[in-house]
Amino acid sequence: MKQEHGGVVTQKYGMVVDLDLCTGCGSCMVACMAENNVPFREDETDKLKSITWMRVYKLTNGKHYPETDICYLPRPCQHCEGSHGHSPCVSVCPATATDYDNQTGIVSQIYTRCFGCRYCMGACPYHARYFNWYDPIWPEGMERYLNPNVSPRMRGVVEKCSFCFHRYQAAKDKAHLDGQKEIDEDAYQTACTQACPAGAITFGDLDNPNHAVHELKKQPDTFRLLEKLGTNTKVYYVSSREWVRRAGDNYLKTEGLKKAVL
Amino acid sequence: MNGYGLAEQYSGISNQRRGTKVMDSALIPNGVRRCSLDKFLVALAVVGAVLLWGVYAMLLCWFKGLNQTNMNDNYGFALWIWADLAVIALGGGAFFTGFLKYIIAKDELKNIINYAVLIGFICYSSALLILAIDIGQPLRGWFIFWHANVHSMLTEVAFCLSCYFMVLTIEYIPLILENRQIDRVPFFHHLSHNMHSTMAVFAATGAFLSFFHQGSLGGVAGVLFGRPFAYREGLFIWPWTFFLFTWSAAAYGPCFTLMVTRITEAISGKKLVKDNVVELLAKISGWMMTTYIIAKIIDTFYWANVTAPSKGFNLIDFYSNNGFYGIWILVLEIVLGGIVPAAILITDKGRKSPIARNTAFVLAVIGVSVNRWVMVLQVMAVPIMTFDTWALYFPSWQEVATTILPVAYGIMLIMISYRYLPIFPQEAELNPAD
Repeated sequence: MKQEHGGVVTQKYGMVVDLDLCTGCGSCMVACMAENNVPFREDETDKLKSITWMRVYKLTNGKHYPETDICYLPRPCQHCEGSHGHSPCVSVCPATATDYDNQTGIVSQIYTRCFGCRYCMGACPYHARYFNWYDPIWPEGMERYLNPNVSPRMRGVVEKCSFCFHRYQAAKDKAHLDGQKEIDEDAYQTACTQACPAGAITFGDLDNPNHAVHELKKQPDTFRLLEKLGTNTKVYYVSSREWVRRAGDNYLKTEGLKKAVL
Repeated sequence: MNGYGLAEQYSGISNQRRGTKVMDSALIPNGVRRCSLDKFLVALAVVGAVLLWGVYAMLLCWFKGLNQTNMNDNYGFALWIWADLAVIALGGGAFFTGFLKYIIAKDELKNIINYAVLIGFICYSSALLILAIDIGQPLRGWFIFWHANVHSMLTEVAFCLSCYFMVLTIEYIPLILENRQIDRVPFFHHLSHNMHSTMAVFAATGAFLSFFHQGSLGGVAGVLFGRPFAYREGLFIWPWTFFLFTWSAAAYGPCFTLMVTRITEAISGKKLVKDNVVELLAKISGWMMTTYIIAKIIDTFYWANVTAPSKGFNLIDFYSNNGFYGIWILVLEIVLGGIVPAAILITDKGRKSPIARNTAFVLAVIGVSVNRWVMVLQVMAVPIMTFDTWALYFPSWQEVATTILPVAYGIMLIMISYRYLPIFPQEAELNPAD
């Protein structure tokens, strides 16, 4: 249910990703980069220096043919809530350059305040945070295609997925002008959700019964990444395959699979 | 009495007596011998060349950015953060020796406290310099104070580290004022005297600040609940690493002071500190190390059997399936770098044997440096998501050069301080003029 926080209606935006539907096409990655002005270089062979707010991982069950199986896992920032907004990265940032928004449940990044210590990157177990090792330089003419609603980041600061927060702001403004108290589910959708041709990603307010994610996250085959760490993420994954669900967390050999905490 | 009275008794200039008057003899403390100015300058130039190499690398990092390093998105913290943690732990000899001298009243330590302060000053100024290179937007470094997040261990580190550096500067100033020519100015002479008489206050302040920033540095890794290799439970808001880092800095820091003293003695060819002073500090360090290593073993045991398994990890997961980090590094840190030096230094026989004692100092320095290494670099290397892989890294030459830069700077400051300031109060007595 929606909650009142300081007299304001709050949401808890999150995702449910159906891994059985994901084909690993990478459309979500491309859409994310275009939407959020994510910089890139001519040579992107060093993936540990590539900025991919949304990254699709390829998982395998480690078995030989004919039992071999693969799964593609899109990984945006998990927007951890931790315990009462105590997400791994927010609490460590020395300059309050990243924040947990109690109104939306979104973990923000203030680029102009970040001074590039990278402590948040060390704190994030999902590798969802990226450092601008280089100046963002766009191929000639491409700067005209940049999204005017998203500020490009400078060299030396950390950036990450914002759940397309600028879209939330635009939707909120529109709802206000239309005299609506709530933002419609369709009015605020992330770029990756809209780009996915298989419809594997569903986005919305996890606490709102009118939003699809509210029910989808309750499916029996739901799990979240690294739940045992207590990160309390807002990205849920669904898969009918047990080995995929087991790949979502670390288990001792004798330990059984755990169900996602809702 | 300013603590250097003994040196004053040797009012003759030994260099002159030996017929080897040096050009800058008017600046050299009374009663001690120094090499010729030419030899000194050549040595200074050699170390200066290394320093310039580091400065060049530093400028590259500042002007071209951190793409000059081999750090990456898996290794946001790397060689520099290790160097920071290591020099601050090694520089812990300053606060702990000051604590023993001024608060616990171990008066014999007045004969090594100057050097401990100088080494601490070098270590802390080096740490601040490295931090200034390590941040992506150096011009925004002040944001850590202006937009301070009080929940961040790094904020506490920044505040306490800066404050303690100021304390170390205040502790180092009277030593500079002891220079023969500066001391002739009545104002500086009295300033120095008065600063010495209030030094206990600064020593106490330094010990207080050090407790927090050494601890906070331990907390930097210990609070990372997303990193099972680093994460520790603790007391209230402080993970156990908070207390372990403070304890280890107090235990191992004096060993670094004593090791550098021994190196200085070897290079200068002179005995500079009496054995009873060295043995006293070594004994205290040894017992501190013993208690620390017991706490460290308990911490490791609990982490391996309770904390890590609760996150789905076995101990061996952190030390296998990669090309570098094996269980050997745990043995190196705890056994060779902890139990062995502690065992040597708590025995009378071990302390009195120069070979055993010096070996213990070197092993201790290695031990605490390895501890800081694993708490930074191995934390970054261990895969956490099941479909992730180990990430190994090798620093670029720019990272190496900028890490050697403070070492060169430290050597130069020691050379200059040793030549012109009465660092070692017992030097004249131990090396009487011919």
